[in-house]
Amino acid sequence: MKDLSMHILDIVENSVKAGATQVVVDLNYHDDVLEMTIRDNGCGMDTETVKKVLDPYSTSRTTRKVGLGLPFLKMNAEQTGGAVQVESEPGRGTLVSATFVTTHIDCVPQGDIPATLALLITGHPDINFRIRIAKSTGSFEISSEEIKEVLDGVPVSHPRVNVFIRNMLKEEI
Amino acid sequence: MSNKVKSLQDLRKMRDELKGKINLREKSDNPDNLVQIKVSMATCGIASGARETMNYIIDDLDNQAIDAVVTQTGCMGYCYAEPTIEVTLPGEEPVIIGNVDTKKASEIIEKYIKNGELVDGIIPDTYKTIDNK
Ligand SMILES: Nc1ncnc2c1ncn2[C@@H]1O[C@H](COP(=O)(O)OP(=O)(O)O)[C@@H](O)[C@H]1O
Ligand SMILES: [Mg+2]
Repeated sequence: MKDLSMHILDIVENSVKAGATQVVVDLNYHDDVLEMTIRDNGCGMDTETVKKVLDPYSTSRTTRKVGLGLPFLKMNAEQTGGAVQVESEPGRGTLVSATFVTTHIDCVPQGDIPATLALLITGHPDINFRIRIAKSTGSFEISSEEIKEVLDGVPVSHPRVNVFIRNMLKEEI
Repeated sequence: MSNKVKSLQDLRKMRDELKGKINLREKSDNPDNLVQIKVSMATCGIASGARETMNYIIDDLDNQAIDAVVTQTGCMGYCYAEPTIEVTLPGEEPVIIGNVDTKKASEIIEKYIKNGELVDGIIPDTYKTIDNK
């Protein structure tokens, strides 16, 4: 993953695969630290699995393909002096939290976070996303549900809706 | 007025414009009278540029005012050909196309989506629509 926004996309993909219907993405900017937390109500994992997923030499999948999801997130966070935390409960859901010291020389760029979040919302019309952005200057929160309520039957996955959400988030990030 | 209230008002205006333009026979996230595009967005897809492809498709369709629904799907099982997309024209069978960079995406929109002309790179033998759930 060459930037932080790609990590968001990749972590949320795990939530999608876990059958989540609700995903909360929290982006907390304080001083030079970015804390991203992704919470889902998917199938969850037992303690044993949580331990294993952060270890690059294991996966619950039998064949390993490109990318290493969580271990890669962990490596990129830790090399800035940050950390990754995973909490999960079978049947309840999962929380993945990563902190990055964004001023650290080894921190990968943030990438296009507004475009990435817009793609998640419009790309998964069946999942209710809640996006929260907190900065020292204020905070912002929006959910798929609120957007769909306004759209009143116009598909959330229409290109124009995506461009709209992207531009709205750009103002807030 | 808060940014959000203003944004939602703008969204309401946009909704009214779209409602006047697209014929919504049914309230659905996937109306079958619109072009449907699914972009494979598993780790292998993301790493090979699926996000850029999806953004490009959205921008190009929006610029040309083409009505469509563009969604993400999990691994389609063609990791060697990522980014992979599935295009379904109204009333047609889905078509899966591999190695869709932004240039290929532009070709698909111009030839297939606008004119129904087939393009190279179609992955044959799959007439089942891929659902990741
Ligand atoms: N949000 C989640 N909910 C349930 N299981 C998860 C979640 N995130 C990760 N996992 C489990 O951890 C494994 C490893 O995840 P990851 O490192 O992203 O690799 P991959 O997604 O390619 O398998 C997944 O296959 C899955 O079993
Ligand atoms: Mg993964």
